[in-house]
Amino acid sequence: MAMSDLTVGFIYVGAKDDFGYNQAHAEGAAAVKALSGVKVIEEENVPETVDVQNTMESMINFDGATLLFPTSFGYFNPHILEIAPKHEDIRFQHCGGLWSADQHPGNVGSYFGYIGMGQYLNGVAAGHASKSKKIGFVAAKPIPQVLLNINAFLLGARSVDPTITCQVIFTGEWSLAVKEAEATNALADQGCDVITCHVDGPKVVMETAAGRDAFVCGYHANQSPLAPEKYLTGAEWNWAEVYTSMIKTVQSGGAVDNFVRGGLQDGFIKMSPLGPAVSDTARNQFEATKAEIMKGGFKVISGPMKDNKGNMIASAGESFAEDDIALESMDYLVEGVLGSTS
Amino acid sequence: MSDPADIGLWGVPLAMLGGAIRVSTPFLFVSLGECLTERSGRMNLGLEGTLIFGAMAGYAAAYHSGSAWFGVLAAGFAGMWFGLFHGWVCRFKGVNDIAMGIALMLLGMGLAFFFGKPYIQPVAPDLPAISLGWWSDIPQVEAALRVNVLFIIGAVLALAMAWMFRATRIGLKVRVVGDSTAAARAIGFNPDLVRLWSTAAGGALAGVGGAYLSLYYPGSWNEGISSGQGLMAIALVIFARWNPINCFWAALLFGGAGALGPALQSVGVSSGYYLFFAAPYILTLILLIATSSPDRALKGAPSELSITK
Repeated sequence: MAMSDLTVGFIYVGAKDDFGYNQAHAEGAAAVKALSGVKVIEEENVPETVDVQNTMESMINFDGATLLFPTSFGYFNPHILEIAPKHEDIRFQHCGGLWSADQHPGNVGSYFGYIGMGQYLNGVAAGHASKSKKIGFVAAKPIPQVLLNINAFLLGARSVDPTITCQVIFTGEWSLAVKEAEATNALADQGCDVITCHVDGPKVVMETAAGRDAFVCGYHANQSPLAPEKYLTGAEWNWAEVYTSMIKTVQSGGAVDNFVRGGLQDGFIKMSPLGPAVSDTARNQFEATKAEIMKGGFKVISGPMKDNKGNMIASAGESFAEDDIALESMDYLVEGVLGSTS
Repeated sequence: MSDPADIGLWGVPLAMLGGAIRVSTPFLFVSLGECLTERSGRMNLGLEGTLIFGAMAGYAAAYHSGSAWFGVLAAGFAGMWFGLFHGWVCRFKGVNDIAMGIALMLLGMGLAFFFGKPYIQPVAPDLPAISLGWWSDIPQVEAALRVNVLFIIGAVLALAMAWMFRATRIGLKVRVVGDSTAAARAIGFNPDLVRLWSTAAGGALAGVGGAYLSLYYPGSWNEGISSGQGLMAIALVIFARWNPINCFWAALLFGGAGALGPALQSVGVSSGYYLFFAAPYILTLILLIATSSPDRALKGAPSELSITK
């Protein structure tokens, strides 16, 4: 294949400058654009419905895209799985899906980063900043990656003080500005003094929480400009590096693995610089934990540990490291998280 | 600010009160706008689009001028043009105002998304709030009673509009035109003109409602900001029986019901939250069924309205 032939399509579920999930991917796409021999096409605000199938079809048939990055979680099943078998020469790279060789087509790949470890580090900063010993989490949907983020946030905080609890509120959708603001207010009303989130655009949560005098930890991208005094740190994606290396592999005729994962040490994720409210003690523990995670294979869940309904999830001596595939089908909230998955 | 008190279950009624005040304002402005338009005998389903465009225009204007109030003015002005356009098209024979309204809704959203792209990132100044909770030393109560000036203006406007319909010449004109085009013509009113300006004023109000969304609560412009509030506000007018004062109470009710889901989760009632999120809609259904009766289903409805004809 000639190098100039590579057309890459990026599909986003929301606006690509949302201070969040989609912006993180769009920054990755922008880095791809800067490479030579690549043409990038993008479409934003594509719902996780049959709409995304139409978008994929039109990128393939009209724009000649041979490599697609449909970035939203809900695009995978059934939409990509429906389209992929019809286009065996097209590569579909999906963010976050749990690809497995015996169930899914070979032209579909999945990539993701261990951003839960970033939420663990958020939790360390939060654990030091919280006076009320209650921290809060505004979550969109109870899917495994969100649940891991919530659990990791609490476990990070509990590594500072084991009495801390984390209240979670699910909004039910990836982007619902008014509900996210109401959820943030409800958390503040219950005394949560550090708040983070997993929604597509964290802007509303950050601004509302800071307005209620709570500290905030960012997610997806760096939101410190929104609340400079209250921003502790944040777990950010680093897709520019990931996408650039994937495109270079394809251009040089190589094959991208069907299942790509990476963490802090692989440059898949990064942390926002620590904010002015972070104390020296907090900074030391943050840096020490970060160094530990940078070694790879960080054991985020280590037994004995129960979920918040009292079921054993890890017995004494048992543990789940960041790259343990079992974490990607997580369906529980750990003890200390106040909330329920359904 | 003192440390938050442990308020436990009190969080739920407090959140509903706070939510009613915070969330209701866009409902209030859109429903007052629609109330005025419908009383003149015309539907404007496009107010959802006007609300979203107003949110974008207000945010953009506030960002460039540095003044949130200028943003409110710009949003009202933009909304007025949407209303004028709707009013002007609908005066032609054979134009269906419901179909036109849907077209206008999509147009408003499309234009807002198109022009709004560069304004998703920047931070615009917020509208000021008045603290009515100064008497309480509980920070949660203080937070719930931070009332935005637009909410108060909306409440006053509801009273003023009710008075206008009841006791003024303009109110009488709007009512006559809404109830019988023929009678209005017979006494020398120009129905087209009255409807045109009622629709324009309705659009302006919806635009201001949009500015509240982007400039106060939740307080930033993004494409999912309305999540259907404009459409719910139109349904709310029917529920309020075309009475501005009832529009005010209905808006409060919808705002409070929307706060129920997150508040219940925050006090530990966490299973079945999808059901609680449906609370505003279930509430509407229950109230509509409870207040309905075959004899007076359309009591208060202007008889020139296309749904009653």
